[in-house]
Amino acid sequence: MKIKKEKSYSLIAPGHTACVGCGMIVALTMAVNTLGDKTIVCGATGCSEVTTTKYPASVFRVPYIHSLFENPAPVATGVLAMLKRKKQDDVNVVVHGGDGFFFDIGLALNSGAWTRGDNILYICYDNEAYMNTGAQSSGSTPIGSYTMTTPATSFSTGNLLHKKDLPAIALAHGLPYVATATVGDLSDFREKVKKAAAIKGPRYIQVYSTCAPGWNVEACNAIKVAKLAQETGLYPVFEYVNGRLSSVMKVPNETPRVERFLELQGRFRHLGNNEEGKKIIKRMQKQADENIERFGLR
Amino acid sequence: MKKCIEGSEAVASAVANCQPDVVASYPITPQTHIVEYLAWLKNSHRADFEFIQADSEFAAASIVQGAAAAGGRTYTATSAQGLLLMMEVVYATAGLRLPVVMTLANRAVSAPINIWNDQQDAMAMRDAGWMMLFAEDNQAAVDLHIIAYRMAEELRVPAVVNMDGFILTHTVEPVDVPSKNQIRQFLPRYKAAKNTILDVNHPVTLGAFVTPEHYQEFRQELQQDLLAAEGLFIKENKKFKQVFGREYKSVEYYGAKKPEAVIISFGSVVGTIKDTVDELNSTLREPSAFTSVSADKHGDKRERINQGDKQGDRGVGVVNVVMFRPFPKKEIGEVLNGCEKIAIIEKDIAFGSTGGLDLEVKAALYGKSSAEIKSYSMGLGGRDITKEEIRVIFEKMLK
Repeated sequence: MKIKKEKSYSLIAPGHTACVGCGMIVALTMAVNTLGDKTIVCGATGCSEVTTTKYPASVFRVPYIHSLFENPAPVATGVLAMLKRKKQDDVNVVVHGGDGFFFDIGLALNSGAWTRGDNILYICYDNEAYMNTGAQSSGSTPIGSYTMTTPATSFSTGNLLHKKDLPAIALAHGLPYVATATVGDLSDFREKVKKAAAIKGPRYIQVYSTCAPGWNVEACNAIKVAKLAQETGLYPVFEYVNGRLSSVMKVPNETPRVERFLELQGRFRHLGNNEEGKKIIKRMQKQADENIERFGLR
Repeated sequence: MKKCIEGSEAVASAVANCQPDVVASYPITPQTHIVEYLAWLKNSHRADFEFIQADSEFAAASIVQGAAAAGGRTYTATSAQGLLLMMEVVYATAGLRLPVVMTLANRAVSAPINIWNDQQDAMAMRDAGWMMLFAEDNQAAVDLHIIAYRMAEELRVPAVVNMDGFILTHTVEPVDVPSKNQIRQFLPRYKAAKNTILDVNHPVTLGAFVTPEHYQEFRQELQQDLLAAEGLFIKENKKFKQVFGREYKSVEYYGAKKPEAVIISFGSVVGTIKDTVDELNSTLREPSAFTSVSADKHGDKRERINQGDKQGDRGVGVVNVVMFRPFPKKEIGEVLNGCEKIAIIEKDIAFGSTGGLDLEVKAALYGKSSAEIKSYSMGLGGRDITKEEIRVIFEKMLK
């Protein structure tokens, strides 16, 4: 049956079960609609799968496959190989999932696919922890963050490890397109998806996606907090084309201090409680300033 | 036409002649020769498929899964640790109902690390939802792959063909590798059913998230379809015989007509047991015939199959389990047909219990047989199972 396409037609049907204030579902919807109906999505386990494909329904009006947590990239390699057999070279193949998949469990398999140079667009919904299982720390969790496996107590200030620099790892594989974005500026994200779609080879977009329950953020602040992540310099938004930094999103002249970003989120609330926490806030400010310097965000 | 070739080359040629769309490979001994030969066939333009060198067995299994999900005929091969690494994908491939065909060049599992043959690796995937076939020799290995494709695509259930590492993969013996045209008569071009694959013109969601409301039905359906392979194997082998002049049974018997003792086994050791059966039956019934049987032992076993009958009704026999999943309960009961003394020889062990084959046979015979069943897990990590050892097992049973 041919579905009649109306003007407001979305390739992501209504009915997902994502939370109010979910950044991932907004980015996912925008990405798929930007890429169009000649798209096959290979998804990792996580919220982008659980909230979208509860049997017998599915929000995907494009072909979608979920196999396992860690393997959408090699699954996509197989899909691509078949598309080549069928001479369908006009189909976008997308691998998407969260930071738990991209930064941790799927890293080796993604590295394999990046090395093969497979023509795949990778979209990472970075919400900085394993949120589908209830907020446990991942390789993407920033220092100081409260998660269920890095709880802040009177003896602990939350996560003690630094966030992994995954865009740098992607760049080290020679990817022709590596970009970051946030759900705080969706038109920027859309333009990056569009641009990436026109480039051949493995392309990586990491979009900072608010998790309202995981970050303990009011749903009404979901977009604001993502915007502040960029504006403080904590989450640098940039674009690398063929290994060269080609554009950045500047921070405002009146650059907000990191406290403004932190105070909206329960996951960082404990940092104000003691000297150790305050030291971490200082380190975060230093990190933001260094990002501004490193990427020329001013 | 028979050609003297290595088992790995024979299987690779047969797989290539099945005309797969996508082959993914990752090296592991003793499977490696198979994918090396496939790579050579591809690069010398003797075969036309996408050949993808994966970054791990996990990736290789995922690549063929993705290709199968997009409607392709696929192939991969592995052994031991490779299988254990890809195990999560192995389960998902069956759950996703994708007709992947894989060779498992059977090898011992770590630790301690050991690259030689046994079948502990196969037992690790027995509950994954795949069809599992075991080759006794390289001709069977070749033929079972062709049959595996036919059945996998018919039932949408993946299939693994087990062939003993080194003993079969690295052995040169005369094998008939059917040509593309011959295979086409038995195995038509694969065309996946509409709405079961990833296709931008007919978008579907594969691998949906299923709650307790529906999950059990998915698993029941897999069980039903896997069990249907028992009947399909018989049906397909009739067709197979018409095209190739050979056939296989899920459970094969060799030996005396009314055996006093039977050994049940699978894989290449069945050949050694057959030789022992011949020798024992000769010495037991016709001592003078021993020399002639012995002189014949390097010949084609298939041509000797009726010899047991000539030796008189009594004696010993061997049951070769060709199909392990689904386990052919009915056939095994029929073939044992009242034999009261049974031993099972297998190169695996279900730690804390007994052997994997032993568990199956006893479950199949429950309530149907009063036979005494002895279980032997032996030949682990490449240790030879000798005719002398087999003879002792028979003699213990006959005492």
